[in-house]
Amino acid sequence: MPYFVQQLINGLTLGAMYGLIAIGYSMVYGIIGMINFAHGEIYMIGAFLTVICFSLLGMVGVTWVPLSLVMVLLVAMACTAAYGWTVERIAYRPLRGSFRLAPLISAIGMSIFLQNYVQLTQGATNKALPPVVIGGFVFGDASGFTITISYIQIFMILLTVVLMIGFSYLIASTPLGRAQRACQQDLVMAGLCGVNVDRTISLTFVMGAALAAVAGMMATLYYGVIDFYIGFVAGVKAFTAAVLGGIGSIPGAMLGGLALGLVEAFWSGYFATGYKDVAAFGILVLVLIFLPTGLLGKPEVEKV
Amino acid sequence: MAGGVLGEVAAPARSIDWAASLKEAALAAAVALVLFLPLIGMQIVRIEGGTGLQFRLGWVAIGVALVFVGRLLLILLGGRSADLLAAAARPFARLPQLLAPYSLWFGLAGVTFAFVLPFLPFADRYVVDVATTVLIYIMLGWGLNIVVGLAGLLDLGYVAFYAVGAYSYALLAIHFNLGFWECLPLAGLFAASFGVLLGFPVLRLRGDYLAIVTLGFGEIVRIVLLNWYPVTKGPDGLANIPRPTFFGMDFTRNPAEGETAFHEFFGLPYSGLHRVVFLYFLILILALITNAFVQRVRKLPIGRAWEALREDEIACRALGINPTNTKLTAFALGAMFGGFAGSFFATRQGFISPESFTFIESALILAIVVLGGMGSQIGVVLAALVLVLLPELGREFEQFRMLLFGAAMVGIMVWRPRGLLAHREPTIRLHPADAGSSP
Amino acid sequence: MTALLEVLHLTMRFGGLVAIDDLSFTAHDREITAIIGPNGAGKTTVFNCLTGFYKPTVGQLTFHGRGQPLLLERIDGFRIARAGVARTFQNIRLFGQMSVLENLIVAQHNALMRASGYTLLGVLGHPGYRKAEKAAIELARHWLDRIELTDRADWNAENLPYGQQRRLEIARAMCMEPKLLCLDEPAAGLNPRETAQLGDLLRTIRDDSGIGILLIEHDMGVVMGISDHIVVLDYGRKIADGKPDEVRRDPNVIKAYLGEPEEAPLPTPVKADLAEEGRL
Repeated sequence: MPYFVQQLINGLTLGAMYGLIAIGYSMVYGIIGMINFAHGEIYMIGAFLTVICFSLLGMVGVTWVPLSLVMVLLVAMACTAAYGWTVERIAYRPLRGSFRLAPLISAIGMSIFLQNYVQLTQGATNKALPPVVIGGFVFGDASGFTITISYIQIFMILLTVVLMIGFSYLIASTPLGRAQRACQQDLVMAGLCGVNVDRTISLTFVMGAALAAVAGMMATLYYGVIDFYIGFVAGVKAFTAAVLGGIGSIPGAMLGGLALGLVEAFWSGYFATGYKDVAAFGILVLVLIFLPTGLLGKPEVEKV
Repeated sequence: MAGGVLGEVAAPARSIDWAASLKEAALAAAVALVLFLPLIGMQIVRIEGGTGLQFRLGWVAIGVALVFVGRLLLILLGGRSADLLAAAARPFARLPQLLAPYSLWFGLAGVTFAFVLPFLPFADRYVVDVATTVLIYIMLGWGLNIVVGLAGLLDLGYVAFYAVGAYSYALLAIHFNLGFWECLPLAGLFAASFGVLLGFPVLRLRGDYLAIVTLGFGEIVRIVLLNWYPVTKGPDGLANIPRPTFFGMDFTRNPAEGETAFHEFFGLPYSGLHRVVFLYFLILILALITNAFVQRVRKLPIGRAWEALREDEIACRALGINPTNTKLTAFALGAMFGGFAGSFFATRQGFISPESFTFIESALILAIVVLGGMGSQIGVVLAALVLVLLPELGREFEQFRMLLFGAAMVGIMVWRPRGLLAHREPTIRLHPADAGSSP
Repeated sequence: MTALLEVLHLTMRFGGLVAIDDLSFTAHDREITAIIGPNGAGKTTVFNCLTGFYKPTVGQLTFHGRGQPLLLERIDGFRIARAGVARTFQNIRLFGQMSVLENLIVAQHNALMRASGYTLLGVLGHPGYRKAEKAAIELARHWLDRIELTDRADWNAENLPYGQQRRLEIARAMCMEPKLLCLDEPAAGLNPRETAQLGDLLRTIRDDSGIGILLIEHDMGVVMGISDHIVVLDYGRKIADGKPDEVRRDPNVIKAYLGEPEEAPLPTPVKADLAEEGRL
């Protein structure tokens, strides 16, 4: 039982990260109907920026943890958002309304480019960040097994909850959110009704990238080691999460992320770790076959 | 024509709004500063007791300056960069159509060149080796063209079939002592069965979902190859895969007792080049067979049904075409050629490991198909040449290869979203080619 | 003249919405049967049930095409097409990037597929397949002549003007050599001259090939001019069924299209409100 609870906590932490990345996929897919294949790399860039920011703060002498966490979070989000914006501007916007596969190919190219850009500028070796937030609660158990909830896990889950609340408010109650929902329904009509479509799409990428940056920061703090290749697998899994939750739906993306995180944690906990990615992909296939609209997606009626 | 195009771009009689242009360029430079400052300007280095940073602010300055000047130039030249791109693409837009009637001649010239290439004076071992690699990708491109170009099914896990072909060849050859020619059809068959196995549940998914599921499938195959140690030797890979023979004759210097080596039979001095050239011809012939097959099938009902499915699946159902079976054949045939190419790869390398079958390979093959112009056979050749040779030429810039590769993919898509040679010739004509063709 | 299609108690529900409510009618060969009704009356849904795109909630659709009668509600869409039911679509669905001729050849897919020995013989260049392909081209040419598109046979279908695309879609359906041709608003977007041509085309198809035609159409000129039999739907229910003259005079039909004749004309907003409540 303690082991189960431990895996549950680990799974929730993992799921929070997947969910935050998945939101970016889901929003972009909802609005322009493309898989932003480079989104995983945006997350990876967020992780690198986190290490850079912490190192920089360390050099200037900011050591008070809460302050440095907030500063790093803001800088990483802003800078990663700039990457998200640029990617859309360069690789996707010229292809809007073009033939179906073109943006996807362009996105794959962008993904390869960003991966190698980071490898070139930062070197191919692993980057390690010394633990920033140390310690946690330990619950003992009569059988000798303990459950550990580290402060970092609590931080991650709380941060995710706060972001989700803020984000839901943004989508539901602000003009920007309204514009986004309008674009999701019908891009052309939204444009005709005076919504600045280009700006709305740009901002969607910016928000998605900012959330991915948060996930990148969490991953860095949680694992302590990153490399330029982490974006690919995380990206594919987050996309799986988005599909699982019902692509286009933001609560769905979060839910899908949590579900996937839990599955992965339990799989690694009870079965072969080597095959944990197989479990994730297997779920993707099963969901698409038996529940193509995902957990919270709207059913798509085939128009004849 | 070309002069006219340039004229069109430069001619617009408008006064340049310097203030606005400079502002725009400065804005771009500001974004570039945000992008470059942390990642280019600071490199994470390991120092005692943690991580430190190494500053390279000079690079950032250069980068930002480049962006500023580049953006300014773009504005001054043509206003919006999209217009500029469209203008640059215009001379090429009709090119494929103009060349279409001569495609047979291009094809013949290409094939002739391919056949004499190993005998040309400059063709040393390196050249033939690179040409062999190009041909593998051409063959893979032609195989994937069935799935993506004709049937319009986006497959991001094509490399899985390549891997299945390679591993089936290697395992059959190592454990059952089968020769290349016996293994080749079996490997193709295995790959095709894998195609059906995967295709059956997933082919009713919409385009993008199919893409991601096939990607997942590709990864699953790789992970299984990595973890199934007793059979695949995991990351160590399979070594000592038998090399192909020329009608039973080895390409070794000292053949086994009672056997004749290739060079002895033909009375030639031993040369390591023999095998390389033989492999080159082998893949050339395999690729040509693939091409002949695809060209032929395109003109058959199944080929037309693939293209019809790509255009409109609902209409296909209303015409009595079984969408699932039609897609499955495309998937299986595409997979089969992937399997053939895989077994050739295994016999050529003599060693295979999961590392050769990563997602990047799938992306590369897909890029070849799409950049070439979907469905265009010659386009595949062109794209394979560009994508395999360019990095080869840039060997000195080894570390920039993949960076350029990614940038090229984005660039070509933005420049010509339908690919370099996107012109579709009807599979059948009522009137001769010159009369009454499409406007 | 025999019954070609018998629709019995067809009902289609989408969640709580009843799109078709207990519809029964019969269509005969050598006849044009029109299904008319105001927008949203459920006409296209009838077609979608007939051609297997929807599975009816309740009902029996018996098709006397070739040989044994078939129950259409039980089989897949593509098999229904093979059994001899061809259709066109309200929003034209051609294979845009394929040539006009190819569109017509794809329509003969199943016959050609058999002739090509399910691709195996075709790859080997079997003469039987070449003969079958020639015959297919001849059939296509026949229909191209009839819709006056022979000159543009090698154009991409998407490059044709709208009216010609409509005609091509009908020719493509006819290349399947169907027993029943279902046309979903074939006159939509045509100019008066094209509409007249369409009427002639449908009449000759009925008279020459002896098949049955099921027609959804809003253009009453076309419907009254060429139909032999009209079924009128309103809110998914059949409100009239008979010859054009009978239907034209039917008070229910007049009411569905024009509202209650004896009432004083209502101001438009009120009318819209009533329509929303389902009282008009």
